[in-house]
Amino acid sequence: MYEHPGRELPDRTLPQIHAEVAAGALADAGLSLDDVDAYYSAGDAPGFGALSMAEYLGLDLTYIDDTETGGSAYLVHVQHAAAAIAAGQVNVALITLAGKPRTGGAGPGGSARFSSAPEASFENQFGMSVPGGYALAAARHMHEFGTTSEQLAEVKVAASTHAQHNPNAFLQDVVTVDEVVSSPMISDPLHRLDCCVITDGGGALVLVSEAVAASLNRHCVPVLGTGTAIKHTSGGRIDLTHTGATRSGPLAFAEAGVTPADIDYVSIYDSFTITVLMTLEDLGFCAKGGGGSFVSDGALQAPNGVLPFNTDGGGLCNNHPANRGGMTKVVEAVRQLRGEAHPAVQVPDCELALAHGTGGSLATRMGSATLVMGRSA
Amino acid sequence: MSEPGTFGLPVPPPTVNLETQRFWDATREGRLELPRCDDCGDVVWYPREHCGPLGDSSVTWFEASGRGTVYSCTVTRRIGGSWRAATPFVLAYVELEEGPRVLTNIVGCDPETVHIGQAVQAVFDPTPDGPALLRFTPA
Repeated sequence: MYEHPGRELPDRTLPQIHAEVAAGALADAGLSLDDVDAYYSAGDAPGFGALSMAEYLGLDLTYIDDTETGGSAYLVHVQHAAAAIAAGQVNVALITLAGKPRTGGAGPGGSARFSSAPEASFENQFGMSVPGGYALAAARHMHEFGTTSEQLAEVKVAASTHAQHNPNAFLQDVVTVDEVVSSPMISDPLHRLDCCVITDGGGALVLVSEAVAASLNRHCVPVLGTGTAIKHTSGGRIDLTHTGATRSGPLAFAEAGVTPADIDYVSIYDSFTITVLMTLEDLGFCAKGGGGSFVSDGALQAPNGVLPFNTDGGGLCNNHPANRGGMTKVVEAVRQLRGEAHPAVQVPDCELALAHGTGGSLATRMGSATLVMGRSA
Repeated sequence: MSEPGTFGLPVPPPTVNLETQRFWDATREGRLELPRCDDCGDVVWYPREHCGPLGDSSVTWFEASGRGTVYSCTVTRRIGGSWRAATPFVLAYVELEEGPRVLTNIVGCDPETVHIGQAVQAVFDPTPDGPALLRFTPA
């Protein structure tokens, strides 16, 4: 796996960043582009998606997958790659993400595609922004469960304590609860510091068969369980207080044969602080509505918190390439399982890690994906 | 960009298609017409010619009351593009009396006073091309 170290990349094209992260991940594994027989990309890949990128990268493929669920797509790709490898159809799968929302270039998805969606004229006409949508979920969560802005701020505080150790992190300063709740209000109740960063960058993953893994000089991390679920507005019956994790989580835990209590480290997609809080509830790390008290008192802070999370600083502090945070969630979970996280945030004896992605919006439709990974096969 | 509408918010013209023509035509007359599933009786949002949850069931259109309550709301204070000049404005989900939760704006009041559970009534905010946007004002 590989995470691009850059956060502002004005001098590179989008395909170049895909190529850089592909080369980085393959080098990390001890493989080359010639070894890849399956390639996975999502809405951040320009043109024809995987087809265009395969040509650009010079890949000779017998398997491609362009599954698009927004920022969670790369976790869905891991699920699909694991299944294809188990079926004997794939030996070496490559997944890439790249984007430059900070310095220009194509945004994710493509506006033409979104403006032709059947829901478009019933949402876009009302000033729906990304923070605005997540704010609707946060406001309802506060109304039903008494969640407070200070509790949401604890999520950002934990991320910032981790980011101070990451020299590549976009924001490296530790912040306090007071600083979060006194930062400018973007869309009530979400403040600026409740929101993730906007950065260029990217990342890539390589999944291989057991036979290939045995030939590599690298610590390979097994995928033990996977789950995907979508949640949408259900014909007008949307419930803003839960995410698709209520279904993707149990699927992943069941396949892995573990429970939330067994997990040593979690990477939780943190587009906003509320995303983390609701996801932790929905994955079963605490009761529904109990997320606010769960994240208090440093529970998420590595290495000694109850449930260390996002030790790279996450989307809230480290990076959010292409406005899609799923890739880096998997990357940091693999670092933890390999024992290669920064020593200050490395979870001791990390044997089981969970990565979770939330693509789309809490306020409308989302693709949720959960992975459970182990230290060794 | 076009001039703001009656309530000071942008009024971007919707894309009207064969499935949504009836909904948008009614808004020109200040009426809220919605499809109801012929099998389960649920009112479907966003408007389409089949039931959302049941997928393949047919629907019958009817005139809804326009009454609802705020299910969730946020005062948007920072946003780019044509909406910037309209800040602060209220983005909300309103739960209609007939069931569906509809993404909309609450207008005609101080944004700071809008709250979950508040009773609201539909208002129709005309776009330059004729169809009107479904917004709500305190009842």
